[in-house]
Amino acid sequence: MNTVSALGTDVSSQSRIMQLALAALLGLFVVGFLGFSHMEVVHNAAHDYRHSMAFPCH
Amino acid sequence: MLPTTIATRWLSPATNESKPTMSVFRNVVFIAAISGLLAGVILAALQTYSTDPLIFKAETYENAGGHDHGAAPVAGTEATAPAADAQAVAPAEEEAWAPADGFERFAYSALANIVSGIAFGLILVAVSEFAGGIANWRQGVFWGFAGFAVFTLAPGLGLPPELPAMPAADLVSRQIWWTLTVVATAAGLALIAFKQSLPLAVLGVALIVAPHIVGAPQPESHESPIPADLHHSFVVAVTISNLVFWVVLGAVAGYVRNRFMSEPAQSLNGRLA
Repeated sequence: MNTVSALGTDVSSQSRIMQLALAALLGLFVVGFLGFSHMEVVHNAAHDYRHSMAFPCH
Repeated sequence: MLPTTIATRWLSPATNESKPTMSVFRNVVFIAAISGLLAGVILAALQTYSTDPLIFKAETYENAGGHDHGAAPVAGTEATAPAADAQAVAPAEEEAWAPADGFERFAYSALANIVSGIAFGLILVAVSEFAGGIANWRQGVFWGFAGFAVFTLAPGLGLPPELPAMPAADLVSRQIWWTLTVVATAAGLALIAFKQSLPLAVLGVALIVAPHIVGAPQPESHESPIPADLHHSFVVAVTISNLVFWVVLGAVAGYVRNRFMSEPAQSLNGRLA
């Protein structure tokens, strides 16, 4: 049933891990910025989003 | 085994031969962008009709009660040092920009939802590739459940979704607890799901439980101007809308990955379409 192999089996495993880690870090950085930034402007712009995602907010 | 280069060709014909080096990153971004966009749009719609009205309602209590979260503690009288005076003046002059109520506020919330949908998609897809990848939309649903458990359920047990004007402990300590709980829950689930070992599974459960034994930072008093039933409705709305978001995110990621990233998988699609 599971005929889909992992992505990137054609590149070296080190390169594959680096690329996956890069993608995950990019995602974490964006989530952190939207949900955790103490900058007042970011807080205000994403205020309702933060409350609705249950991030700790003010 | 057939190589997965079909995805590269599909994504960007021009760079297929010349730049295979970043193919993994590009494919992850591609899957995350489609699934995150769709899940983010759905989440924005859900919030507009479920959580946002409750936030607006809570703000009427906030404004009436005088609990302005932007304000610093009231500084002392004339007799206090000049430093305290400066502190008292500061909040008034640094009134930061905020989107105007109405469409502008909605637009920024929707934008935040879509951007964060793609960002959560990046995390979900990248992490799942370490475990062999999401094979199809059904597996994606379970990956979505895991994301929901990690990012909504676990931190929400200790720090339930809050409405404006509700009392809360220090922001930074809550953010730290939230982050550690997310990390511990994710690690715990991974140990249980992917390590075929009883001791490691026990350790996984312990990791999931530990943040709740430590306990989330709580305010000194839970006394709140917000009615309990309003808060309860909000907790339910947040939890359910996030559940839908994560299930859609995982399912679409699995579907897109299955459909475009692997040639042998094409034969499965007849049943899924």
